[in-house]
Amino acid sequence: MLTCKEFLAELNDFLDEKTKGEIRAKLERHLAECPNCWVVCDTTRKTIQVFKGMSSCSVPDDIHDRLMAAVERKMAAGRSQQ
Amino acid sequence: MATESVPIETPVDDEVELVSRAREGDTASFSVLLRRYEGKIFRLAMNITQNREDAEDVLQEAFLKAYEHLDQFQGNSRFYTWIVRIAVNQALMKLRKRRSDRAVSLDEQIDTGEDTVVREIASWDPDPEERFSRDELHEILSGAIDELAPIYKTVFTLRDVDGLSTEETAEALDLSVPAVKSRLLRARLQLRDKLTRFFKRKGDDAFAYM
Repeated sequence: MLTCKEFLAELNDFLDEKTKGEIRAKLERHLAECPNCWVVCDTTRKTIQVFKGMSSCSVPDDIHDRLMAAVERKMAAGRSQQ
Repeated sequence: MATESVPIETPVDDEVELVSRAREGDTASFSVLLRRYEGKIFRLAMNITQNREDAEDVLQEAFLKAYEHLDQFQGNSRFYTWIVRIAVNQALMKLRKRRSDRAVSLDEQIDTGEDTVVREIASWDPDPEERFSRDELHEILSGAIDELAPIYKTVFTLRDVDGLSTEETAEALDLSVPAVKSRLLRARLQLRDKLTRFFKRKGDDAFAYM
């Protein structure tokens, strides 16, 4: 049986569904037998899910406006060189 | 109202076309790219510099440089990966200026000791986020991410929030794939530990193992 440390080393690939065949079977066996790793795996999966819902992000209006102004100046300078 | 950026899941097949039009002087095409990614680049810059003013500078410098060097965009990676790389370099330059005595890398704050320590073991509610209002949840998640070291924050955000692949994250941050994987694992486990404080099932005591 895998140790908890060995299980954790594979946790990313397991959660990302990148593990296959024998290694996946070993990980699943460990999960069935180790309540601690089951909790860690389950709550890490939920952690990823809950942050995925946070994907929208925004720029404050003042920062957006200054960025647009800087880029427009650059574009105008580019045009005057052409 | 703040400007919402478009999620990365938006089809990006138009990017080669947008870049090529922008290169020919179509400023509207460049503005589309800018609006699509400014929010993510600003968040990335905040994650690394931890300073609003520096993050704004990084945001501007990254887009100005991208515009200047559009001819160097190969089109074999996403525009986002390309501009993240520019922004990370700009952000590191900022940190270097702040601490002019030595070189700075994103990885420098890493404590390579206990790479995968799990401190809290407690089951969560099936839908733990439903216990909180939207604002409370946002505060909890932002607070948890903010406590991470910049490299973990950056890797986690690019990989798990923005949805880049491990390979794209490695390319954007100039790290090896194994380096991204180990930092991602540590980031995920640290965040899990932090969220357990809020999300654990009532009556379930957390305890440490490993």
